[in-house]
Amino acid sequence: MAGGKEWVEVEASNFKQLLDALEVKHPGLGPQIKRGVSLSLDGVIYREAWFTEIGPENEIILMPYMVGG
Amino acid sequence: MKMIPVETTINGDQTEFLCNADESLLDVLRDRLGLTGAKEGCGTGDCGACSVMLNGRVVCSCLVLGVETQGAEVETIEGMADGETLHPLQRVFIEEAALQCGICTPGILIAAKSLLAKNPDPTDTEVRYWLAGNLCRCTGYDKIIKAVQKAAAEMRAA
Amino acid sequence: MALDDQAKRTFKVVGTRVGRPDGIDKVTGKAAYGADITAPGMLHGRILRSPHAHARIKSIDVSEAAKLAGVKAVVTGADLAIPDDEGFADIAINCLARDKVFYDGHAVAAVAATSKSIAKQAIRLIKVDYEILPHVTDVDAAMKPDAPAVQEGRALENVPAGMSQNVTTRCAFGHGDVDAGFAKADKIIERSFKTAATHQGYIEPQACLATLGSDGRGEVWCCTQGQYMVRANCAAVLGIEESQLRVISSEIGGGFGGKTSTFIEPVALALSRKSGKPVKMVMTRDEVLRATGPTISASMDIKIGMTNDGRITAARGELRYSGGAYPNETIEMGAQAAFAAYDLEAVETVGWNVMTNRPKEIPYRAPGAPTSIYAVESVVDELCQELGLDPLDVRLLNAARKGTLSAYGPTFNEIGLVATLEAAKAHPHYTAPLGPNQGRGLSCGFWFNFGGNTCVSLNINDDGTVGVVEGNPDIGGSRASISMMAAEELGVPYEKVRTVIADTSALGFNDITDGSRVTFAVGLATIEAARAAIREMCRRAAKIWGIDEDAVLWEDGAAVPAGPNAGTHPPMTLAEIAAVAGNTGGPIAGHHEVNADGAGVSFGVHLVDTEVDPETGATKILRYTVFQDAGKAVHPDYVEGQMQGGAVQGIGWALNEEYIYGEDGRLQNAGFLDYRIPVASDLPEIETVILEIPNPGHPYGVRGVGETPIVPPLAAISNAVSRAAGVRMCELPMSPPRLLKAMTG
Repeated sequence: MAGGKEWVEVEASNFKQLLDALEVKHPGLGPQIKRGVSLSLDGVIYREAWFTEIGPENEIILMPYMVGG
Repeated sequence: MKMIPVETTINGDQTEFLCNADESLLDVLRDRLGLTGAKEGCGTGDCGACSVMLNGRVVCSCLVLGVETQGAEVETIEGMADGETLHPLQRVFIEEAALQCGICTPGILIAAKSLLAKNPDPTDTEVRYWLAGNLCRCTGYDKIIKAVQKAAAEMRAA
Repeated sequence: MALDDQAKRTFKVVGTRVGRPDGIDKVTGKAAYGADITAPGMLHGRILRSPHAHARIKSIDVSEAAKLAGVKAVVTGADLAIPDDEGFADIAINCLARDKVFYDGHAVAAVAATSKSIAKQAIRLIKVDYEILPHVTDVDAAMKPDAPAVQEGRALENVPAGMSQNVTTRCAFGHGDVDAGFAKADKIIERSFKTAATHQGYIEPQACLATLGSDGRGEVWCCTQGQYMVRANCAAVLGIEESQLRVISSEIGGGFGGKTSTFIEPVALALSRKSGKPVKMVMTRDEVLRATGPTISASMDIKIGMTNDGRITAARGELRYSGGAYPNETIEMGAQAAFAAYDLEAVETVGWNVMTNRPKEIPYRAPGAPTSIYAVESVVDELCQELGLDPLDVRLLNAARKGTLSAYGPTFNEIGLVATLEAAKAHPHYTAPLGPNQGRGLSCGFWFNFGGNTCVSLNINDDGTVGVVEGNPDIGGSRASISMMAAEELGVPYEKVRTVIADTSALGFNDITDGSRVTFAVGLATIEAARAAIREMCRRAAKIWGIDEDAVLWEDGAAVPAGPNAGTHPPMTLAEIAAVAGNTGGPIAGHHEVNADGAGVSFGVHLVDTEVDPETGATKILRYTVFQDAGKAVHPDYVEGQMQGGAVQGIGWALNEEYIYGEDGRLQNAGFLDYRIPVASDLPEIETVILEIPNPGHPYGVRGVGETPIVPPLAAISNAVSRAAGVRMCELPMSPPRLLKAMTG
């Protein structure tokens, strides 16, 4: 989605800024971001929290939004 | 369609009702008499959620016609407790967490009570086979079997 | 909201086995479920369903039905709105088809009449002219480029061009150099697997009572896993405002994920609006099986490489799930969960969702995970067999633990897999002797666990009791566990607390009861609400004592002065503070609204012994033990109940349960006689071992427990049967004919 890259670099200090920056830098991610993504911050999953603060020391993983069960 | 008058005894009370010829006992209990403790899980006699006693036998009330109960004795879950005193099976089912959603519970209690009336000291296997016509999707049956055995032991000691 | 310091915390209420608040109602038949209430002047609704797997609706003639005496309204798809949002639009056309029917059982039209029998007669008078279209019900067949297209133009941007129109999603997860990993392996096994769709099998069919006026104001009473979800779906599909629709959740007769969507509520509302009367609808079992949520059906390829001493060097999975006739995201969870139990240097999982002419998939307990983990755990077991290694030792050697980069991305925090595997190894079951035709199998299981949007309001009553108002239907005893956490935090006895479930007008939005989120997220919000009430009670005590509010602490259900400077006031209990609340500032309450994060993942291990009959292919479960990390078991009976119930659902999936479609695309076993769920006499005792590795994301360490137990049974039983039968089974269910065929070649 991001040109086949597993790891991407953008500047952001919270989850919302991260998503906005990703969408600008990697437009291929746009549709998935619109469908919903969860953020894993150092192993803790945040479903929609825009203002979760992030820093260079954090491990950030984007995941599809999960439903059901 | 002309309705048919029926006189029966439900939980010891003389009861009269009118129903259509093709109406099941389950529909009569639930829709005409307000006794909604018996549940419809399938309507084909496969799940046992509608179990009631008819003249001393466990039946699926969805497979019995309302008119068949003329002159009969029907017992439903609503008649199991004595006022505010629960039947030992009812009390032990709560104590042993033998129910989760509870939709199958009335049918299982009816079936278990009839088992203990015939066989006060069943083996686990006998309990499992007796209750094989009552589907439960929540519990995996484990706590149900244990609760029936605990209630049976209490009832034998009483 | 992080874990409280466990060393200091000794629980008084949490961890005990209190009685359930809905117990007496449920054992006496008083509890009111979806089908148990009526309204004055109520009509009965009934739905006409498609007999075809795939057809164009050329015309629907309802005139004869509308003329039948006692019929008060007839509706078709044209009576519902088609919302702009794709998800809501799919719900609308699934509730009542528009131009095409997508599967056997798809709703086409509905009537409301003065009796059930008139409604039944009336739907037979509706004439539908169908143009039958080619259909496809098998996931692999649907993926072929020339397969009949179930729907067109539904593929996401991530699907490569040139594939079948039925392919709607591609997803991929993983890390490391998989090819290099395989090059290091001493043994590689690659296998293909298929699993049948199964149904949640709740004993209570969907049921509702709905009323809607021409002013757009309405009410719905229904059995659901989420009243707010029902409100949102109905409002969108009927084009009314959420504020005008009040949804009340009844007692729920089982859900397991199957009641996380709407099928009949919008139809009942449309019939009510048209007739001007309340409309009750209750599904039959045939309708439940033909038209509500089965799971995905799956086809999967798994390749794993291992060294001679049991270390996994690389793993790859390709998963093809069919979520029925609509786009579906369950594959994403299946692909993420597949290798979650392992600490892998190189792993890659690719997933596809494929549309087929089957009902819309609805989540079922750990949606997506049981099938993918079944395939992975089967290959791991076969590698252990081939290399002569102990399957528990191999899992311990490769187990994910704190610090493992998971196969789906995040690095794990505190998790309980190793402890759970060690508990299984130490259990006498693992070394008990086996007889002829018997085999032992095991499998790991995993679920993410959800948090999500949650509101709780907690009221301190003037007699010193406590009322908790929450917005999630109680599906597994959550009213008890929520009351227990409120009692724990407030320092009052459990009996002083009553938890009720709010309707949509009484509390803010709550996500559905799903993903094992309720005990975690509602519990967390309840603890926060209790803490807010405690802060207020401390303020009131401070006022009464004339001291600074910082100088008051809450201990054992009472406000106490903190430290020597606060004076020597005797403790004021919750009841004493509540009694004078009117004098000290008014009623006391606490509330909390949150999108809860920090749900800790949950791992389980199941051990099973089976015996196969070489003459009939029938499998008997001889012994079954479930090991699972619950974080902190709030009510151990209910945790055990989840573990046992999930295991037995998994046993059904492994051995019997299956959606069987004929060549004509029609479901052939839409009843409990032929869709056979496990009964009491099929089963042994289900032993349980609860482990408690606290979740750092919850003040008491709670993890969700409901989903994980359905995950391991599929592979555990398949591994046991494969070892007992001497042949590797790669398809579920392992029904007697299928097993017999495999055994006799």
